[in-house]
Amino acid sequence: MSRLELRHVRKAFGGLDVLADISLSVGAGEFVSILGPSGAGKSTLFQLLTGAEHGEGEMLFDGARLDDHGRHFAFMPQRDALMPWRRILDNATLGLEVQGIRRKAARARVAPLFAEFGLAGFERHFPAQLSGGMRQRAALLRTVVQERDMLLLDEPFGALDALTRTAMQRWLEQMWRHHRWTALLITHDVREAVFLSDRIYVLSARPARIVREIEVPLPRPRSLGGDAARQASALEAEILDIILNPNPSKGHDHD
Amino acid sequence: MASSSVASRPIASLLVKAGPAIISVGLLLLAWELYASYSGIKPTILPAPSRVFEQAMLNREALVDNAIPTIRATLLGFACSLSAAFALSMLVDFFQPLRRALFPVFIVSQTLPLVAIAPLVVLWFGFGLAPKIMLVALVTFFPMLVALVEGYEATEAEVGQMLRAMGAGRWRIFVLARLPSALPYFFAGLRISITYAVVGAIFAEYAGAAKGLGIYMLNAKNNFRPDLVLAAVGVSAALTLVLFGLTVLLQRLAMPWERAGKETAGKRPWR
Repeated sequence: MSRLELRHVRKAFGGLDVLADISLSVGAGEFVSILGPSGAGKSTLFQLLTGAEHGEGEMLFDGARLDDHGRHFAFMPQRDALMPWRRILDNATLGLEVQGIRRKAARARVAPLFAEFGLAGFERHFPAQLSGGMRQRAALLRTVVQERDMLLLDEPFGALDALTRTAMQRWLEQMWRHHRWTALLITHDVREAVFLSDRIYVLSARPARIVREIEVPLPRPRSLGGDAARQASALEAEILDIILNPNPSKGHDHD
Repeated sequence: MASSSVASRPIASLLVKAGPAIISVGLLLLAWELYASYSGIKPTILPAPSRVFEQAMLNREALVDNAIPTIRATLLGFACSLSAAFALSMLVDFFQPLRRALFPVFIVSQTLPLVAIAPLVVLWFGFGLAPKIMLVALVTFFPMLVALVEGYEATEAEVGQMLRAMGAGRWRIFVLARLPSALPYFFAGLRISITYAVVGAIFAEYAGAAKGLGIYMLNAKNNFRPDLVLAAVGVSAALTLVLFGLTVLLQRLAMPWERAGKETAGKRPWR
């Protein structure tokens, strides 16, 4: 049963169509990615979901119209958005504090999770003292402890170097298998989308519409070798082709 | 904790950092001393630094006595301008149109020549403390206001979006994100305007006061005592340096994450 459902969502900024027609759904415990080129309006979609912007069309959560936006989503922005003046522990409790939970209670709730997020011993550090990967894990920790219905991840690893990004993708896949969060990921990294997702929506360039919905039939845990890896590569190639040759019927791309 | 090494290392590094400054100032004083002694210039025109220092020691009671009102005017005026700048910066942040309405007025206030405005303020408000406080506030208010307003604007947009998604309202966002984001800007503004503040106070006293470094300088000049003028200049310079140092210290205490980040740079794990 789908938790989040968007029907014909559209958004324009001052005459510029950003989202042309977006319909998608995310089921309970499902990891879904939205994959598209840069500037396609992927982040705009999250702005609609978090209530920062308003668009046309229907947005439903558990069958009810999405009104009180903060209630359903825990949002993780592109850069880690950790506050440099807060220690990691206090960054992690930020969402709980905004919810009105006392700092002490919030800390007690967050502290046991530090080991699982590979941050044990760094509770009292400032973000500037952590590596990029650790900062992203801290940002994800801050996101999941809010215990919302669904995670919105906006290119969470986009700012990391390639090696760290791969390590973080593996780590996230493993974390997801344990927790089965309902998650919507925005990315322009085809490999990342295939590696992490159950389903992928491929967006066109602006004005964005969904050009393809792709099931990822790969077994979990997602492995890096053997048949599954070959299958993943084939899928990646297919998706890349969809994105880079949006109108193959016209056939003018290669002349 | 090896507290002794922690304490001695900053002193050593301070000496290393201060070395070039000590040498350049020392050379300057030496050149001045030699010129004053050997060029035959009269001490009533250009006194040697040794003479300035000697006279400063002889007149230290008068100098201290006159420095106290200057310090008082500086600190009170600065406190006033700081509170006003803070209150107004918040207003401007919450009601953006106010910015366009008020900033031209403040910018014009910064173009008023102090030479013209100081005597007028003294004329209107007398020789007491009030006109000094007003002048100090006048010269320091705008830099502080601009620093704060730009500091709020420097808040990362994504932090704001994230806080809104968490359910935070404007006030929560201001307290949790915009205010702390402004801290580096605030301290940069503080360092600049604290030096203006001392100059502002002295200018106000110069235009008319019962006591203070400004009026002390004026009287010394009228009595053909450039050595005492320079002694008073030395006191005001020392005062400015101390206040400047205090703001640096305050920033370290208020922003411990800055140093923490610098100290660990390059020692972080790769992922």
